[in-house]
This record gives sequence, C-alpha cells and structure tokens, in this order.
Amino acid sequence: MAIEVRVPTILRNYTGGAKIVEGAGDTLSGLIDDLDAKHNGIKGRLITAEGGLHRFVNIYVNDEDVRFLGALEAKLNDGDSITILPAVAGGALGFAAAAALLGR
Amino acid sequence: MCLATLGATKYFGNVNGVLTIDSSIVRAIVAHARRDHPDEACGVVAGPLGTDVPARHIPMDNAARSMTFYEFDSMEHLRVWREMDDNDEEPVVIYHSHTATEAYPSRTDVSFAGEPNAHYLLVSTREPDSDEIRSFRIVDGVVTEEEVNIVDATVKS
Repeated sequence: MAIEVRVPTILRNYTGGAKIVEGAGDTLSGLIDDLDAKHNGIKGRLITAEGGLHRFVNIYVNDEDVRFLGALEAKLNDGDSITILPAVAGGALGFAAAAALLGR
Repeated sequence: MCLATLGATKYFGNVNGVLTIDSSIVRAIVAHARRDHPDEACGVVAGPLGTDVPARHIPMDNAARSMTFYEFDSMEHLRVWREMDDNDEEPVVIYHSHTATEAYPSRTDVSFAGEPNAHYLLVSTREPDSDEIRSFRIVDGVVTEEEVNIVDATVKS
C-alpha cells in the first residue's frame, strides 16, 4: 500500500534530502514505523518517548489534521497523502506553560 | 535597541546574516502587530524559492489568541504552506510579536522553531510610540541575530 509523505525541510536529513517519500501502513502509527525502518530516526522526531504525537509537528492526512482523525490511530488508505509540517508556535510565555496550554 | 536600518538599495537578497525586506512589508507587519495588541500577532512573508527575498505578506490568525503565546491555526497553516508550494515559494520570514517584552526569541520560540531556512522576525509592541524590530536565525536551538536591512521598493530595481 503506497502512501505519499511530504517531508518538511527540517526532517529531510533523515530522507537523504527527499521532499516526498513513500510509506505503507493501515494506521498513522504503522506508517511511522514503516518510515522509521527506511529513514532511521525519523520516528523520534514525530513521536514522544511517552508514545504520543510530538507537540512540535502537525501531521495531516489529505486535508485533515490527524488530531481530529484519532491521531496515531488514524486509518490510512492506499493513495492517501500525508503532510508533515513543523508547528509554528511560540511567544513570550514560558515553555512549560505553553506546552500545557497546547495540551500536547 | 533597534537594529533596523535604512539600507543601500544594492543589497537585494540576503546573505550572511542580513534580512533585506521591503519597507512596505515591514509597515504591514507592524500594523498587524499593533492591531492585535495586546494579543500576540503572527504571520509569514513568502518569497520565491531559493531567492531569500520576502515578497508576499500573509498575516495569520493567532489560534491561541493570547498575550503571551501564538500558534498558527493548523488548517490555515496547511492551506498557506500548500499555496506557497504551488507558487514555488517558501516561508522566507516567520514573524510574531511580543507585546510586553523585548523582541528577542523566548525559550518557547526557540523550542518550536522548525524552519531552519526562515528569518524569525520579532516585533515588540510594548512601547506605544516606538517599534522594536529584530530578526534571527534559529537553527538546532541556536539563536543568531542578524541585521535588518529595510529597503524602499520605489527605488529598488
């Protein structure tokens, strides 16, 4: 099952500079495991040590934010297009408070 | 301290720690920051891929609507990034305002900075009568300040 994954600049050091890679999986979690097997280390940039989606990235399935599709359990189909974008956030607030506010 | 200077017109494009940006775009960014004050304002200036020239100002919603935090709305973020992709553009400048503190990246800003090729422009609106505008590169958690070279489009050719 081929799923197109668009990789942001900051993660292209894991993909040999490739902007678009292919992966496979029935769920986002499965896809990320497959990507990590091909592009060693990329999983650690997407998923926290606790096993949740990293707060620093947004992941989209086609036109939807995966957080509205069940996050890591989001179901994927052949031909889906995944986009990974680094979250754009920040501000004067302290980091711990910001993370708590984001609830991620 | 304000590092923004009126630059010589020959500097078109950015090399070695300079953000060269049109005065009309700077004015639009400051106006956006003043309009949203005391909440933080945020946005992007897109430019043609590989040129490092900020050309198209895109004010973004601060989904957090906060005085101390900003976050792009995730759907607007996707839409704007796709639009840039379709236009062969990239985010040359990512800007936001600090409304009660200096225009210097906070720890939160550094933690989130995920566009290594972007100029991170900060505007402080804490003083009602003067604007503090500073620009930084943030790569792998390292903040490097750069000069802001404001040019006038009417004499740029």
